[in-house]
Amino acid sequence: MPLSKRVIPCLDVDNGRVVKGIKFRGVKDAGDPVELAKTYCDQGADELVFLDITASKQDREIMKSMVRKVASVIDIPFTVGGGIKTLSDAREILLNGADKVSINTATVKTPKLVTDLMKIFGRQCVVVAIDVKRNYEVDEKNEKQTIMHGPERDFYFEVMIYGGSKGTGIDAIQWAKKVEELGAGEILLTSIDADGTKNGYDIELTNAICNSVRIPVIASGGCGSSDHMVEAFKKTDVDAVLAASIFHYDKLTLDKVKRYLAEKGIQTRL
Amino acid sequence: MTKIAIFDFGAGNLFNLHQSLLGNGAHSVDIIRSLRQLGNYDGLVLPGVGNFDSAISSMQKDSGLLNAAVDKGMPILGICLGLEMLFDKSEEGILEGLKVLDGDVLMLPRMKVKVPHIGWNNLRIVKTGSNLLKGIPQDSWVYFVHSYHIEPQDDKLIAAVTEYGSKLPVVIERSNLFGTQFHPEKSGKIGAQIMKNFVNICEKN
Repeated sequence: MPLSKRVIPCLDVDNGRVVKGIKFRGVKDAGDPVELAKTYCDQGADELVFLDITASKQDREIMKSMVRKVASVIDIPFTVGGGIKTLSDAREILLNGADKVSINTATVKTPKLVTDLMKIFGRQCVVVAIDVKRNYEVDEKNEKQTIMHGPERDFYFEVMIYGGSKGTGIDAIQWAKKVEELGAGEILLTSIDADGTKNGYDIELTNAICNSVRIPVIASGGCGSSDHMVEAFKKTDVDAVLAASIFHYDKLTLDKVKRYLAEKGIQTRL
Repeated sequence: MTKIAIFDFGAGNLFNLHQSLLGNGAHSVDIIRSLRQLGNYDGLVLPGVGNFDSAISSMQKDSGLLNAAVDKGMPILGICLGLEMLFDKSEEGILEGLKVLDGDVLMLPRMKVKVPHIGWNNLRIVKTGSNLLKGIPQDSWVYFVHSYHIEPQDDKLIAAVTEYGSKLPVVIERSNLFGTQFHPEKSGKIGAQIMKNFVNICEKN
């Protein structure tokens, strides 16, 4: 049997509390990241991702203690991202028990951070998050843009920073290759175009990136049902899917989602 | 009282391993940076974080003590890099390995598979009566994160393999010397059972 495809719930954390409406039966405190992590872990999550959405200085201390508590109760890998700007930010998170750190804006600003982290902690600890949005202002003469032909207009995939709010002019396909060279162990690929739509993962983007690198890729943004996961796994070479909102209600638990994937012929850890 | 030592290569994150040993039956777990006090412990774990050359340099001065412990039959578990170090050499580094076991460590074939090998893969147990894999069902899922793999000279060491591009040896066992290419401390209930088995072996020894 080949490597299993991974299903990764994502928890947004603000001031040490999970935000967004999470309603689990049997969970006493729906905002407690430690309790939720345990629940997801018991339900069969393959990994967890925690995103610190505010990442203020004071918040970092809270995050550190959260990481330590989470690491004490779960025995599956977890990644922490959001606001990691320096080697020492990353080190603190890793030394407190996270398996990987996810870095995004900082990678664009200081690409060397990826290499430094890789040298100290190993490639497997470094997840580079790439947020991508289609940019229709293409420049035919710019060799750095990989021009994609849309049904109406041409575009290129642009790397976005600051939570998807600011463009960089960097071509995402080139950037993915670059971060692989720099030492990334995985790419967490979020489609800003698809994010929040619940219309499914961005298959075109996911394929473009998966076909350009030889490191694992995690697709994120747009998931509204288990069928969207099936679609992502069947139509692309993606290794894992990340989802937030679909797990936030008791209706769709991880074990149900994973059994469904298995029924559809996706290699799943059950 | 089962006392286990984790050797610290200086690369960080040993918290998970520490918790896992304590949660699976060890009474006390110390993180050590020298093998001189190894006699105080019932077992030793070589963790799976860091890179080859720096891990080797951190242990080189004590390699004689490690070999003596192996000869005495102390239970030793090498995880990922901690397993790779036991061999002669690795494509990851230029330094010689600890040469406790004969064989090399090679890069995974990037042309055939994605590297690193990250995620949950199946264990195919090939050795009957393995003490480390006692009670572990065939095809159990365990969590891998690695870019290199071991190539032991002696096939008889291999207790389990995993399919990733080719059949990779992922568990080795020679009397009380054990190694896993995957991370039992991150492999859910199956990993917990493997950790329990190791702690039991330490206790009985």
